[in-house]
Amino acid sequence: MNVTIVDYNSGNISSVINSFNKVANDKVNIEVTSDLNKIKSSDKLVLPGQGSFKSCIDALNDISGLVDALNDFAMINKKPLLGVCVGLQMFANVGYEETETKGLGWISGQVSKIDNQNGKYKLPHIGWNQINIVKNSKIYNDIENNSHMYFVHSYEFVPIDKNVITATTDYSSNIVCSVEKENIFGTQFHPEKSDKIGLKIIDNFIKL
Amino acid sequence: MLKNRIIPCLDVKNGRVVKGINFVDLKDAGDPVEQAKIYSDGGADEICFLDITASNENRDTIYDVVEKTSKKCFVPLTVGGGVRSVEDINKLLNCGADKVSINTAAVQNPEVVLESSKKFGSQCIVVAIDAKKNGEKWEVFTHGGRNSTGINALEFASKMEKFGAGELLVTSMDRDGTQSGYDIELMQKISSSINIPVIASGGVGNLNHLVDGIKSGASAVLAASIFHYGTYSVNEAKEYLASKGIPVRI
Repeated sequence: MNVTIVDYNSGNISSVINSFNKVANDKVNIEVTSDLNKIKSSDKLVLPGQGSFKSCIDALNDISGLVDALNDFAMINKKPLLGVCVGLQMFANVGYEETETKGLGWISGQVSKIDNQNGKYKLPHIGWNQINIVKNSKIYNDIENNSHMYFVHSYEFVPIDKNVITATTDYSSNIVCSVEKENIFGTQFHPEKSDKIGLKIIDNFIKL
Repeated sequence: MLKNRIIPCLDVKNGRVVKGINFVDLKDAGDPVEQAKIYSDGGADEICFLDITASNENRDTIYDVVEKTSKKCFVPLTVGGGVRSVEDINKLLNCGADKVSINTAAVQNPEVVLESSKKFGSQCIVVAIDAKKNGEKWEVFTHGGRNSTGINALEFASKMEKFGAGELLVTSMDRDGTQSGYDIELMQKISSSINIPVIASGGVGNLNHLVDGIKSGASAVLAASIFHYGTYSVNEAKEYLASKGIPVRI
């Protein structure tokens, strides 16, 4: 099996690569590439994302044919895809970080700034927070409810259809911290930085 | 609920840990990779490397250390010390650092903070402020606390927030190495004047100091000596904080 981490100059993806390599343990082939043919033929995709919504979308668009290849993979061929952090946020129709920016539109909704309640809550939301699993998701196999995950973000994904939400976390309000829609999975937190429990989530995705 | 973080810091010189944990089962007490792994297995919420390599020809040793550590530790890794340019930051991130802390360069050339936070995202840019009390104010120092700048630490903290820093690592030079506790007033003043998280540093001698640090408004507490010398384990520190009603990840 091939799992491809999409390398589209979205910032620092070393930790994502290291964690997938650790879990794969040479039994699964982990590719890191922006090569469209390799992406198309892959069994699973990982879409990381750091920096702003706009910078990530711009970086995707800078690679000719990449957005089409991702659309084919996730929406037409319906193969499993995991978005992490801004990688998840880009599933939305629109994001409001820096300026209004069109997203991939895979899950209806928007990405807007977390309400810091006039400074009561520090932003970015950095650190370990507990996830409240609200719906069964295959990536949460053997993951206990209220497990701690590592978060770093100032913007949140607000989907229109609440049924796609699989877990939330409490920071200012109930922030969406993971979604699942058919073959599309996303986590707002960083499984690659969430210690053993995070690696288990990666393992669950690889084993899907 | 968001948990307060405990961050052990390792001083690294020429690729070796300077003040290390004294554990009998350590194969190589000077190996930063092994020490970082002990910390992350022991419940550290993040690991911090401070590179104190003085000579330029040995600077590259830190990249190798970061690369090896990031393949073994799956908690966030912050690296600081000697970071001068956007290119330095880029190299550390590519080696597997999750955050880079910028100290002297942020004072001398604040554009580095602005440019790097735009390029890599605020989430990976930590500005380290070394402050010393001077009358009623705190002054920013650079070069590991050797050079005074005349810059007001509170004003500098606000400026760094505007320039895109994701977090501030605030060290009291008066307290650093004294084991007499954080400069609580400094932490309170900075933390209440900005909207990004503050990591308190400098002066921890016992577990109560960690409690005081969090109560001052800091989101995270950094400590070196109390963990290095095995006085307390990270887990003991967390259990103590929890017993005082402070939310931590256990």
